Amino acid sequence: MSTTSPAAPAPTGAFSAARTTATAARVLRQLRHDPRTIALMILVPCLMLVLLRYVFDASPRTFDNIGASLLGIFPLITMFLVTSIATLRERTSGTLERLLAMPLGKADLIAGYALAFGAVAVVQSALATGLALWGLGLDVTGSAWLLLLVALLDALLGTALGLFVSAFAASEFQAVQFMPAVIFPQLLLCGLFTPRSDMHPALEAVSDVLPMSYAVDGMNEILHHTDMTATFVRDVLIVAGCAVLVLALGAATLRRRTA
Amino acid sequence: MNYVPDPPQHTAPDAVRADGLTVVRGSRTVLRRLSFTVARGRITGLLGPSGCGKSTLMRSIVATQANVSGTLDVLGRPAGHPTLRSRIGYVTQAPSVYDDLTVRQNLDYFASVLDPGRAKADRRDDVRRVLGDVDLTTHADALAGNLSGGQRSRVSLAVALLGTPELLVLDEPTVGLDPVLRRDLWNLFHALVAERGVTLLVSSHVMDEAERCHRLLLMRDGRILAGGTSGPEAGGDTPDALRARTGTDTVEAAFLRLVDQAAAADAERTEETTR
Repeated sequence: MSTTSPAAPAPTGAFSAARTTATAARVLRQLRHDPRTIALMILVPCLMLVLLRYVFDASPRTFDNIGASLLGIFPLITMFLVTSIATLRERTSGTLERLLAMPLGKADLIAGYALAFGAVAVVQSALATGLALWGLGLDVTGSAWLLLLVALLDALLGTALGLFVSAFAASEFQAVQFMPAVIFPQLLLCGLFTPRSDMHPALEAVSDVLPMSYAVDGMNEILHHTDMTATFVRDVLIVAGCAVLVLALGAATLRRRTA
Repeated sequence: MNYVPDPPQHTAPDAVRADGLTVVRGSRTVLRRLSFTVARGRITGLLGPSGCGKSTLMRSIVATQANVSGTLDVLGRPAGHPTLRSRIGYVTQAPSVYDDLTVRQNLDYFASVLDPGRAKADRRDDVRRVLGDVDLTTHADALAGNLSGGQRSRVSLAVALLGTPELLVLDEPTVGLDPVLRRDLWNLFHALVAERGVTLLVSSHVMDEAERCHRLLLMRDGRILAGGTSGPEAGGDTPDALRARTGTDTVEAAFLRLVDQAAAADAERTEETTR
């Protein structure tokens, strides 16, 4: 550290809890100025569940299966979209360049985003889970807390993926197109429409390496078992591991120096 | 705060010292072997037509520019050193603030990024001070996105004034401002130098602003026309010296003369090579 400066600046470490929480508070404050986005993020999943419940009015079993899977998929998709657009805006508005020229660690920024959107995801998932279980009669054998845990991890994974792909999008148009490119294949292959074991072996192999498959598997484990099975623990660890891995990849796309 | 006037500047080391500074973007060499210094506690104007490399030069100093080679020391350390990040205030050409936050919320956030260890009351005073500096106190609670272009660029400037920056790198800070505001900002820049001993590097393509700088670096096409260390005007020309040397009345005329000379020299060189 320099010895001459009378007011020694706070150290510029890789991670600072104060800078992380300041960043999370800032992201939430930005959201608060945009009530329509909040309403869409919170209410759309609930409306979809209600819709689904009455689409499968005659077969509650199907609603149980698809409903539980969707409780894991909604937070992933919402957080993916919100994060990819929000970080893209940060890149294009010049605020990212400004922040990285200031004593902000890359980890502070990423953790700040994860924290802020994680908080939104908790609210979103709690509402959707509560509505599904008690309002729409979703029949789950396991604990509602475990449903919430998986939903939260999925949200984190969505945040991580959104952060990562925003590095490859030059405009909001492109960022939105990454949704079908990154999310839809996972949606088709995750076992939502048909069990993964019924797919063509090649597709099943692909689905084995896509994180959403494990998010849906985890939800189904809770659906059918009273306590935590080994498969459930494996699923949760895989989703969490993927989220951390992709967050690290996202951090690598943040460059202090750009061409 | 009690700022003691700075000691005479000529003994202080330079704020910025570049030697053989070269920047390549893609297949284009944007800056070619620049050598110059920026004097401490002075306002140095970086002047030249748009596209001549002013912004790239500034981005190199604040270490947001990739592919920089040569020597570049800033405040006694190599550019990009982590401890420099809280000692340099940087304002990009386009205002870089959050449009969906109020002016005060923007400043609060950047202040806590700059120094999260500071007491909340101190930070609040700091925010109040910079709001006054850029004359936006009455707009503190307006959304940045609802402000006019000139007001937004002043919010961006206010962010750079937070804390106690020793070097301010300002990329065209007065673009789009009316004459009154421009005068006020230049008065602020001079006050920062006189009261806090801050060093300023200010780019502009408006030549009449050059008269308000202590030193000038004139750029054209990735090279320094005047003010580089290789010439007699090491450390930047003063506007007076520049006019006297070129035998012109205004900095604008001096600049045009230097550009014409450089263009003529270029033409001669290509003629020789094609012959």
